[in-house]
Amino acid sequence: MSSVETVPLAPAAEKLRERFARSPLSERVAVVDLDLPTLEVAPADWPAVARFLRDDSECAYDLFLDLAGVDNAKRRGRPTRFEAVYHLHSLPRSEHVRVKVILPDTAEPRLPSVVDVWPAANWFEREAFDLYGFDFPGHPNLRRILVHDAFVGHPLRKDYSPGQRWFFAEEDLRMPSWATHTEERAGHFETQTLSIGPSHPATHGIVHLVARLDGERIKRAETQIGYMHRCFEKMAETHTWNQVIPFCDRLNYVSAMINGVGYVKTVEKMLGIEVPDRGRLVRTILSEFSRIMDHCVDIGANLVDIGALTNFWYLYQPREGIYGLLEACCGARLTVSYVRVGGLAIDVPEDFVPRCRALLESIPKFLNDVDRLVTRNRIVRNRLAGTGVITKEQAIAWGLTGPVLRSTGVAYDVRRSRPYDFYDRFDWDVPVATDGDNYARYLVRMEEMRQSLSIIRQALDVFPESGPVSSDDWHVVLPPKDAVYHDMESLIFHFKLIMEGIRVPAGERYDWIEGANGELGFYAISDGGAGPYRVKVRPPCFPMMAAYEKIIIGGTISDAIATLGTLNIIAGELER
Amino acid sequence: MPTSGKGEPLPAYDPKAAGGAADFFTTRLETMVAWARANSLWPLPFATACCGIEFMSVVSSHYDLSRFGAEVVRFSPRQADLLIVAGTVVDKLGPTLRKIYDQMPEPKWVISMGVCASSGGFYRAYHVTQGIDEIVPVDVYVPGCPPTPEELMYGILELQRKIRSGEKSRDDRSAAAAAAAR
Repeated sequence: MSSVETVPLAPAAEKLRERFARSPLSERVAVVDLDLPTLEVAPADWPAVARFLRDDSECAYDLFLDLAGVDNAKRRGRPTRFEAVYHLHSLPRSEHVRVKVILPDTAEPRLPSVVDVWPAANWFEREAFDLYGFDFPGHPNLRRILVHDAFVGHPLRKDYSPGQRWFFAEEDLRMPSWATHTEERAGHFETQTLSIGPSHPATHGIVHLVARLDGERIKRAETQIGYMHRCFEKMAETHTWNQVIPFCDRLNYVSAMINGVGYVKTVEKMLGIEVPDRGRLVRTILSEFSRIMDHCVDIGANLVDIGALTNFWYLYQPREGIYGLLEACCGARLTVSYVRVGGLAIDVPEDFVPRCRALLESIPKFLNDVDRLVTRNRIVRNRLAGTGVITKEQAIAWGLTGPVLRSTGVAYDVRRSRPYDFYDRFDWDVPVATDGDNYARYLVRMEEMRQSLSIIRQALDVFPESGPVSSDDWHVVLPPKDAVYHDMESLIFHFKLIMEGIRVPAGERYDWIEGANGELGFYAISDGGAGPYRVKVRPPCFPMMAAYEKIIIGGTISDAIATLGTLNIIAGELER
Repeated sequence: MPTSGKGEPLPAYDPKAAGGAADFFTTRLETMVAWARANSLWPLPFATACCGIEFMSVVSSHYDLSRFGAEVVRFSPRQADLLIVAGTVVDKLGPTLRKIYDQMPEPKWVISMGVCASSGGFYRAYHVTQGIDEIVPVDVYVPGCPPTPEELMYGILELQRKIRSGEKSRDDRSAAAAAAAR
């Protein structure tokens, strides 16, 4: 481990080093100052460091956010080929930290599991095992998670060809080991194993739940995913920085705009460019509209699952209105690809503000209709209240964020804890519920939609009538077409951008925003080349789906269906 | 008002003029069956991704697919005769898709909604099926990423035209070709 004692550190990193100075681990970790305070540790020290990070009262990194594998085979300046990069958050101190576990160059990269420190690490470690071939001794169930079981190799390694597929037949599908044998004993013939999905109307997308039932109660369950893994991260490595935006839109396709904003914000910070206020306001307004769309679909689909079909039509109508607005802005309804690094693809239409105001007028009516039909409806309350309960401690241990975490009483919202764009200038509330059940999640989402409407209203009040929506740094943003035709310099910029793309200085960045489902993070690495060296998404759905199999234990199948709806699993983002 | 081929109004139906006997018209059985089939498609949405959300738009009140007689959405393949594959199909899902298709009663048709289902789309990647016609025969391909609701409705109308014209589904033809090869 290289010594960095001589390098002056930013206050946050300096503080982190001071904290470690008090522990016996101080010799064994290196503190590096990147965009986030970063620790570098060796695999053998990682469990002890992890415990210190979680338990020390001045660290208290209780929320596990993300684990990203990195293959340095084609990148210079790193000591070894493989690294496991962890991102953690401290709820009490509202701070992020990054830990890099540097894996020695051996045939089988190996590092200890930290599932016993942060249960949320479970699926993330399986993913790193699957895509990078990292071995995690101590992991309870280390098997492939995203790609199919007949797959050979580890696709995110740099020496894996992006298009190499493997044939998969039905008999290759592996069920959880406990589900392959029956569990009968004399005098008790009530248990049975039920397989729901992968194609089931209540899974909304593609999820496979295997549950063992004792009578009507779920005794044990395991979810199998990967039926929608479409290789976002590998695709990001084979495209240029701007070409990744359409792929981002297809992560959480129900609120596509937010994903794009999260991604370009990361890249903009790596480039160090600023987007004009007008562009940022458009992003804010459309992101909040997207959040409303997302919550509409989630609540609507959830109510369909428990038998209340009408609400779906009521909630779908605002969506059509918002689709119309997005289509007027960029030509696409669902997968908008409206943002660009440095701003927006094009300016908003002339009637943008009146259109938004008309939507603000019309949407509350539909919300009120649903509110009146549902919120105090006895059947709905019987189905949702008291089912799918998550306690505050469980939610934090499982790495949940977003409305699901807030429904357990933790007021963590990225827009409030680390405001970006204009969220700190607007007056809005973070809705919090305390019960942590399906009904609490419904209430939180309903209130969030109203808060989003309020944010949009305030954003429209300060929206400048004219002005640029994109940066004027022509190394990043295409110059106006008119100038390209009449001005040599602009033509050159245009040519360079189209032929070579943006050049992002070598480095790395983790940036995060509040997606519709929770903290949506993008960890991007650049080696100075034409495209990203690595993009890792921190998908809010992933830890939620991992927790699902624990939440539903003890309930009935019908409760499990209602719970799946309120968690709002979006397959594109879950499996990327 | 019903008109004759020349545009003149037809006389109102009068049972006495018809001699009290019932009216009739002649057609071929296949034509009538095809007409009925085309206007009562029961789709099974195999919705995996973004296209599934647009499919929801198509069946919702604004676009209202029921205007074209194809709104009885069924989630059981045993009750459906039109499989709409809406979204990316990855290799892990291939066997499931085939199984669902095999469970559908004949005659059956398949619409591939969106470029991912049709060709893998821009996911030229290690885990994405490069077009569902690797797995099931497809009758109508609808381009778009995702297709607008109008595009999907046009695809369904095209399928109805095919059915009405008596064209066999791709499934029948591949079965016939296999029989001929034997």
